[in-house]
Amino acid sequence: MTPLLKVESLTKRYGARIGCSDVSFDLWPGEVMGIVGESGSGKSTLLNCMAGHLAPDAGRVMFDTRTEGLQDTITMSEPERRMLGRTDWAFVHQHARDGLRMNVSAGGNVGERLMAVGARHYGEIRDSAEDWLGRVEIDASRIDDRPTAFSGGMQQRLQIARNLVTGPRLVFMDEPTGGLDVSVQARLLDLLRGLVREMGLSAIIVTHDLAVVRLLADRLMVMKDGHVVEKGLTDQVLDDPQHAYTQLLVSSVLQV
Amino acid sequence: MSDYNFAYLDEQTKRMIRRAILKGLAIPGYQVPFASREMPMPYGWGTGGVQVSAATLTPEDRLKVIDQGADDTTNAVSIRKFFERTAGVETTEETAQASVIQTRHRIPEEPLTEDQVLVYQVPIPEPLRFLEPSEIETRKMHALEDYGLMHVKLYEDIARHGQIATAYAYPVKVEGRYVMDPSPIPKFDNPKMSGMAAIQLFGAGREQRIYALPPYTQVVSLDFRDYPFEASKADAPCDLCGAEDSYLDEVIVDDAGGRMFVCSDTDYCRARRAAGHVGAQGKTEDAA
Amino acid sequence: MIEIRDVSKTFTLHNQGSAVIRVMEGASLSVAAGECVALTGASGAGKSTLMRMIYGNYLAASGEILIGGVDVVRAQPREIIRLRREALGYVSQFLRVVPRVPTLDVVAEPLLAVGVDRAAATERARDLLTRLRIPERLWSLSPTTFSGGEQQRVNIARGFAHAYPALLLDEPTASLDAANRDTVLDLIHEAKARGAAIVGIFHDAEARAAVCDRVVDVTGFSPQAAA
Repeated sequence: MTPLLKVESLTKRYGARIGCSDVSFDLWPGEVMGIVGESGSGKSTLLNCMAGHLAPDAGRVMFDTRTEGLQDTITMSEPERRMLGRTDWAFVHQHARDGLRMNVSAGGNVGERLMAVGARHYGEIRDSAEDWLGRVEIDASRIDDRPTAFSGGMQQRLQIARNLVTGPRLVFMDEPTGGLDVSVQARLLDLLRGLVREMGLSAIIVTHDLAVVRLLADRLMVMKDGHVVEKGLTDQVLDDPQHAYTQLLVSSVLQV
Repeated sequence: MSDYNFAYLDEQTKRMIRRAILKGLAIPGYQVPFASREMPMPYGWGTGGVQVSAATLTPEDRLKVIDQGADDTTNAVSIRKFFERTAGVETTEETAQASVIQTRHRIPEEPLTEDQVLVYQVPIPEPLRFLEPSEIETRKMHALEDYGLMHVKLYEDIARHGQIATAYAYPVKVEGRYVMDPSPIPKFDNPKMSGMAAIQLFGAGREQRIYALPPYTQVVSLDFRDYPFEASKADAPCDLCGAEDSYLDEVIVDDAGGRMFVCSDTDYCRARRAAGHVGAQGKTEDAA
Repeated sequence: MIEIRDVSKTFTLHNQGSAVIRVMEGASLSVAAGECVALTGASGAGKSTLMRMIYGNYLAASGEILIGGVDVVRAQPREIIRLRREALGYVSQFLRVVPRVPTLDVVAEPLLAVGVDRAAATERARDLLTRLRIPERLWSLSPTTFSGGEQQRVNIARGFAHAYPALLLDEPTASLDAANRDTVLDLIHEAKARGAAIVGIFHDAEARAAVCDRVVDVTGFSPQAAA
């Protein structure tokens, strides 16, 4: 069995400052990995380097492509990387408006990835869009509304539908529940968990919310100052943290 | 002849524009940047087309200029006069007699030949512009043939209007490669672009882009399998010449809702009437 | 099935002067298939700590914990994830679920995770919830809104849904009425009968006596005793 994603010594510097340093891990099919740390710990830099949004200074991000097995996505040509970006990969932004086209209808937003990979039948595209709106619990009657008319939670669910419509194998998520009400967060988490299991998705979730990773992530990496200070099973890291920083992080969370 | 250099522009500028044109012809549908000059007319009046025409014209050429199909509107008359004065070339209103035709928003009805060049005035050369504001991003999308977004626009049309409501500047794909804005011609004219015998050149002055279609280039209008492209026009014959195959303008003739349809291509209509074709209101028109 | 050899556990409190607290040493235990072993000892003696180490929730400092051949102490996270999905069940005292998920789905989830089809998984979930006397009108609601006793029974139903070869039970009969307690004991008997190796913590001596084959006092694993 091959890992779906193999990250090796990934490093990104901003001048003298470290973005992330020497990060390595394997992600296996069906696994959800959480990356936690406070603001500025490098977790978003790491995510963006892995997803091809930022060019790292060193290291490799190997992805198990459908046709050629493990390929380094950093040295891969831009067309290949973009093709990955609209087929096997998905990226869910913290702010839905960064991941949606706000002046395009909900149906058009969901259909874009299909059209990008060659779908040319309006009726079929629309059927898929309706199906996906249903799966993220958006009423089909809203298919022609623009995201500007949606609530924050709906926008985030629409962004997820737009990303998952092509059946990706790996989803990058940057604070997917950030900025949402607690009750809306719960609904979104439930939805994500269901989709992850039904579609056999692998996911990497960056968040500062330990409750989110406890519910969603199988594994956890804790980052501080650009370094991974601890990694392991999510519940083990949270319940029996070994590193000083993790202990501090876990003990700082308000219990409810 | 005046003191102007032939066709207004200096020779170095014309060479620069010709290089852009040749590159455009070599890569059909690709937008070639060029150093657009200030012309003695405002942007939006066809400065791109005028520069391409200036670089194309030779003293032996005969020029025709049309605006919305007509030879006698302000824009067409001004540009024709401009080249009469600065290049001293002959001009004509007859499509078949012209060797260079500069056009705004139409393609003549009469099929063009290998001896002719059609120059389009283009306001916004980037077909992806209204969907993606970043030029860097649109250039990347062209380079990578990342054209899903183009169909999103057509999808939105159908979702909102029940059909592809884009009636002009309808996007096309050239030789299965570049998506191209055909300039704001009615989509009725789109099929004429494909396999045309004449050279087609496109100039956008403000946006500083030139692109081109060599003779007999395949040009396909984008569509969906279940919503195929249709070259639509007003469902009526020309009231003056009776033509059923030409693109029509609707003209309001009185304050009582009276209207008539006439050929947008004035030369085509004139030639047909001269050959004895008469439309429903043609007689009264002649009598008046 | 469950093989524990010379396991020790320390906690290092980095933020409190790096105090090192030794809580267990030389813990060894073997549980065969079809056997149920009860952990006993005073409160704080380390019953739950040992149980959590077996589940991989706490990291053992040394020793081996073999479950079906996998050493939980050294296994990669994905091996433990797989072990938990397929072979190692855990009924904790607290229900931890995503809010909003219906009770029926909460109980069926472990079966869906091992690839049982939805109809069969739901059928098993209905059966368990019925036996544990959770009223059917509650099945479509999230258990997060239930009373403590109801939550615990949902937790038990979930823990027994899939036929894990190894099962950890943390106070499964606490705060249950007699009828439900009997049901849980029946479930444990059934699990033993199909060959599950079980490690449990039972404060209820009667229940312990009813299902357990052996009792291991974890006081014997405390560092003082070993020293």
